[in-house]
Amino acid sequence: MTPLRAPALSEATAALCFVLILLIPCATAGLALINAGLGRFRNAAHSMLSALCVMAVAALVYFAVGAAWQGYAGQPAFAVHLGGQDWNWIGAGHFFLRGMELGGWSSLAALFGLMSVALVAVIPLGSGADRWRLGAGCSSTVLLAGATYPLFAHWAWGGGWLAQLGFVDSGGAGVIQVVGGLTALSITWILGPRRGKFNSEGMPSALPGHNAVLVLLGCFLAWLGWLGLHGAGALLFTGVEAGRAVLIAVNTTLAAGSAALCVAAITRARFGKTDASLCANGWVAGLVAVGAGCAVVRPAAAVIIGLIAGLLAVYSVEWLELHFGVDDPGGSVSVHAVAGLWGLLATGLLAAVIPGPWLAQLVGIATLLGCILPLTYGLNWLLNKLSLQRVALEGERQGLDLYELGAGAYPDFMTHNEDFWQR
Amino acid sequence: MRLTGFLLLAGGWIIVLAAMALLPAGASQVSFVLVALGVEALGLTLVFRSHLTPGRERR
Repeated sequence: MTPLRAPALSEATAALCFVLILLIPCATAGLALINAGLGRFRNAAHSMLSALCVMAVAALVYFAVGAAWQGYAGQPAFAVHLGGQDWNWIGAGHFFLRGMELGGWSSLAALFGLMSVALVAVIPLGSGADRWRLGAGCSSTVLLAGATYPLFAHWAWGGGWLAQLGFVDSGGAGVIQVVGGLTALSITWILGPRRGKFNSEGMPSALPGHNAVLVLLGCFLAWLGWLGLHGAGALLFTGVEAGRAVLIAVNTTLAAGSAALCVAAITRARFGKTDASLCANGWVAGLVAVGAGCAVVRPAAAVIIGLIAGLLAVYSVEWLELHFGVDDPGGSVSVHAVAGLWGLLATGLLAAVIPGPWLAQLVGIATLLGCILPLTYGLNWLLNKLSLQRVALEGERQGLDLYELGAGAYPDFMTHNEDFWQR
Repeated sequence: MRLTGFLLLAGGWIIVLAAMALLPAGASQVSFVLVALGVEALGLTLVFRSHLTPGRERR
């Protein structure tokens, strides 16, 4: 397989890329708000603090080891000789970002990596909401930012074997969203459902989020952040010209809008009313799904990608809960893993390139399911054996705000109908 | 069942790698990749089902 080189960026493109990267924290803030809003009121401060802490841990671990293992196209890497070809499987850069060329392509890629890993780290918090200890979340993030994320990021973005096969993931639908979503799935399996979620017959009960306004505000912020994420990712890793940034923004917006409208129509038709939290999930699912192909699909294809992502977001939430007993309060598995996988497949089918990279996309999907899922589950399972990840029964009953932080998010707010006691 | 599921997931991925490394580009390579995805789908179903076993508390 041919070794890849980092695309050359002009000064203007590098400046545009830098500005776009600075928007990415809006996506992280948006997800944190969505997770907090979809959780219960007595865990709201804990949810936001967890997001802040895992972002900090992720950035530091990525700085220490993750960036070295992710590496960049054209930089030293370990390769395995198999079938007469060199399979570039992990970066061989310096730890602690030593030797980084300041102001060059590699420093922009490192900055993008720091922002991206913070975003990945927030995704599993949605699925572990209301029962995941703060310390356990941080420990799990060490594994995510130090092992799982850099490994797949190297394969897809760092000149690794998937990139050499022609795998396209401009905005991180696979590298960021599916990796985060599969980690979220592992966390739901390891933690188990919230108390009171399933009755003795295994039927789920609704535990609605406590603040729809936070959730919808998170969607607005996420939109801004994803515009930066998709634009910067495409410029850095797909090597598209700066003029393509407009198409990327158009595709991102169209996919999010069509996904949210699709969910609004489905929930209206099924339940007689439009469901705000599901619409928010649909909006983010559209942003996620179009990420892989945002720079290589036409706007009409982005609308199709968004519509199907919305459909998947609604039905996969329900299906996972009803048939597989997955309790995912923030919808992270459906929104990030399911929609991200759809986005990767759709890029192979709908890319405006003949022939589309569909076989490489299938290989990427198989790698995420066959390698990353067992890896992230195994690492978190071991972590759970060393130290229990789930909060104690008393903590779940009292609320994580009081139990772990000593103060609630809304000290003046009283409730007289504790959902914990509903059976 | 859980371990079998994860083994099937990993096995499917290895089939994909083998197909890409050892087979020439063409119909046989595509067939192997599709079959491997089928193996992974089976593995994923088993892992999902294994988390519903009676030993796992559903509260």
